[in-house]
Amino acid sequence: MKKSHIIAIVVIAACIGIIIATAGDASTYVSFDQAYQMASTGNKTQIHVVGDLKKDAQGNIIGLEKSQDNLSFSFLLIDENGKEQKVYYNEPMPPDFARSEKVVVIGSYQNNTFLANKILLKCPSKYQEEKINAGI
Amino acid sequence: MHYFIGDLGHLFVIASLVTSLISAVAYWQANAASPEKKDQWLINARISFYLHSTAVLGVVISLFVIIYQHYFEYHYAYSHSSLHLPGEYMISCFWEGQEGSFLLWIFWQALIGIFLINTQRKWEAPVMVVFGLVQAFLASMILGVVIPLINIKLGSSPFILLRDAIDDPIFKLQPDFIPKDGSGLNPLLQNYWMVIHPPTLFLGFALTLPPFAFCIAGLWQKKYSEWIKPALPWALLGAAILGLGILMGGYWAYETLNFGGYWNWDPVENAVYVPWLILIASIHTMIIYKNSLTALKSSIILNIAVFVLILYSTFLTRSGILGDASVHSFTDLGLSGQLLIYMLFFTVAAIILAIIRWKEIPTSEKEASIYSREFWIFLGATTLCLMGFQVLLPTSIPVYNSFIELFGGESNLAPPADQIGFYSRFQLWFGVLVALISGTGQFFWWKRMEKDKLIKEIIPPILISLVVFAIIILIAKVYEPSYLVLTLAGVYLIVSNLNVLASVTKVNASLSGGALAHIGVGMMLIGVLFSSGYSKVVSLNNTGMLISKDLPTEFNRDNLLLFVNEPRTMAGYEIEFLGERVEPRNVNGYVSKNDIDLTLDPYKVIARKDIEFKGKKILNAKDTFEINPENTFYEIELRKDGEVAALLFPRVQINPAMGGFIASPDIKRNISRDLYTHVSLPMNREEEPEWSELEEVRVRINQQFFVNDYVAVLEEVTRIYEYEGFTFTDEDVAVKAKIKVTGERDSYYAEPVFVIKDKTQVGRISSEVNDLGVKITLLNIHPETNEFSLGLNTRQKDWVIIKAMEKPLINILWLGTGVLMVGFSMALVRRFREFKKTSS
Repeated sequence: MKKSHIIAIVVIAACIGIIIATAGDASTYVSFDQAYQMASTGNKTQIHVVGDLKKDAQGNIIGLEKSQDNLSFSFLLIDENGKEQKVYYNEPMPPDFARSEKVVVIGSYQNNTFLANKILLKCPSKYQEEKINAGI
Repeated sequence: MHYFIGDLGHLFVIASLVTSLISAVAYWQANAASPEKKDQWLINARISFYLHSTAVLGVVISLFVIIYQHYFEYHYAYSHSSLHLPGEYMISCFWEGQEGSFLLWIFWQALIGIFLINTQRKWEAPVMVVFGLVQAFLASMILGVVIPLINIKLGSSPFILLRDAIDDPIFKLQPDFIPKDGSGLNPLLQNYWMVIHPPTLFLGFALTLPPFAFCIAGLWQKKYSEWIKPALPWALLGAAILGLGILMGGYWAYETLNFGGYWNWDPVENAVYVPWLILIASIHTMIIYKNSLTALKSSIILNIAVFVLILYSTFLTRSGILGDASVHSFTDLGLSGQLLIYMLFFTVAAIILAIIRWKEIPTSEKEASIYSREFWIFLGATTLCLMGFQVLLPTSIPVYNSFIELFGGESNLAPPADQIGFYSRFQLWFGVLVALISGTGQFFWWKRMEKDKLIKEIIPPILISLVVFAIIILIAKVYEPSYLVLTLAGVYLIVSNLNVLASVTKVNASLSGGALAHIGVGMMLIGVLFSSGYSKVVSLNNTGMLISKDLPTEFNRDNLLLFVNEPRTMAGYEIEFLGERVEPRNVNGYVSKNDIDLTLDPYKVIARKDIEFKGKKILNAKDTFEINPENTFYEIELRKDGEVAALLFPRVQINPAMGGFIASPDIKRNISRDLYTHVSLPMNREEEPEWSELEEVRVRINQQFFVNDYVAVLEEVTRIYEYEGFTFTDEDVAVKAKIKVTGERDSYYAEPVFVIKDKTQVGRISSEVNDLGVKITLLNIHPETNEFSLGLNTRQKDWVIIKAMEKPLINILWLGTGVLMVGFSMALVRRFREFKKTSS
């Protein structure tokens, strides 16, 4: 067998390995129910849940709680199936949090609470102006 | 309304598109034409390309005039600039938007094109066909023309008027409305890195075009091997500039953007990292070819791959497809279709051309021996490609999802949740392989080497590496097996290349570029390993308070709450928050917010007293100076054994338009480690704080009293005739009290005002000492007893929440980057000389 053939086989094997590893490590977008099921069957992988903050009729956010020392906070998130879940986050609350339209939480269930390791905020006009502030 | 400049700019855009197409066609004809006609076509083609470049310059100047003159009737100026933006950032506005960055890219390629026309007569015609086409595609991205009948908008013009870009009711009432001020440059980008990083990165992008164009020209003209010589110096220059651009981005992220580190494996970062790796691989295969006439086919494939990957990266970052996956991709301008066509055009054309010519490309049937340099370089290039593939695959997950959805399927695949952990786990081992291969390959530098000779040569460097490795792990206490392996591999790479460097320098120092570049890579590997692998959060919350009983105990918090003037301990330092500061624009230093008076213009403040910074007087009392009101700096003192070790000024920018607050770190740099500190939550000044109930005291002049446990004394009460621009008449009574409050470190003055206007109206203006959380009001004057009634309110003292991390040996990474760049430059000079020798 020629050396180049051996190298080719090793390269192909490496590519297949990479594809399998990527598929295995890729996270998924799921609902809270699915996430809960995963955690209760012992699957501790981190998943993405997309949801909206719970708001009352006037558009005020409900269920936002800061810890006494401001070092962490929790909030209520409603996923795309309408399930409401309390989410804990281990960092001070970002000031633009309350303005965000959609929140993506990345984390997993620990017992009955959802612990976020990372949150991504989708703010309405973070980069693009939509209205003119009519500079008087 | 300044319509002319925008129309002119738009005309230039159209002209640049048309002329680039004409030049491509003319160069094409020049290729096909008979020798006598060829010259005419060439002249036409050249003139068109020069016209094209002039038009591009015209577009650049028009856009710059719009920004610089603050023509806010234009969307580009309105959304990227503002009146208060300092001059140097006007330049950054230019390329903040997508259109401007396309323009920057076109501009660089026009310059490179002109350079090639004048230096590459032999290759001019075929190479410039590729250039003309690429320029035409890029120009179409900023065209902003709606094609009639099919109603498709081609490109997004930077010269669009605000009223056409934004649907605001004000334009119905007042079509000529021009906003007084722009919405400003994203504060994150108001940084000198934004001035130099994008031009460098786009120059790197532009520099990947010449090697691709030479490769295509070679295939087309059946000069299968001659194209390598002119392509190689461009590939080296491209790799150096693109690498520099990427690392600048990393350093910027580290120093300013507060992403917590210099590299986060964000899809946008990955999208340039992959082409860079493949570019490095292609340089290596081209070098093999120059020495031994093998690896021609792989050089062709890799050169095409680099350019296609640059286009793919452009597609990823600008089509909006990464929207859910990346924190900093561009917004979608509706160009995705156009970008896709751009990418597919060159991908398909290059692949078809390569397939047609494939059989004719000479190959060497000779097998490279394990003891040859070619074998090892080839192995290294293969590893680099796999390394790139491993990053490319997960980065493309959003593309995969869109693809599945296009065919009606459903895919809920998300990028790995822990991006950094995921990529590092793989890239670490690729790093080990690259280090081992390029370390060993260096022993074959001169010629073929036999087994016994190799063993003799390789043993001393291995022994030295082991000794250095042992010392490092003893000092640094590395226990993690994968880190041990990477450290050893990195040390081996450095030692073996130092070995080569020593012997090469003896013969001809100009050949040492390769060895130096590899040493740089070794240093970078070690720097990355320690600074990331051993980065640790040192600002642990040790108060033991829990947020909820439901939570597991490992729910540790990584932030530290600091009250003003209350020391805490952190990472072996005593740490104390001293208060909020502003930074004068034209003077070096910081000024306490307690020492300034605001004016009506938020950008101008007045010093209350002489201001010193680090023992030097920087401002006089009553000086008016400029500040950036969005910025607040938090002065934090670090002490070791009672001595001040460092003053840190992490910054917070408040900009509601851009989404809340943006923190930038301050870094205490030591030789062996950086202490990286940033604000994770500032106090919200907009929110009215909770004041205690008013407590009333009656005091005389010079009488002491206590407020919020601080000693205070009423020093004097004086009559005033003017307050913040308001003048009082003789009928009015207006007095100002001066109260000194002694804090832990400093004395503060509160100056409440008491007014009786028109004999009946009583006004009281309280005065706050922010740092101490004290508000004092002059409630009443009792002339009969010479006493004054003061109202005292207190609140929680000022605070800030910070996060701090230690990053060991990060300086090795920056130093290694420097060494790599020097290596690249030397190799570049060498290859360029070689090329000149053969072409002259």
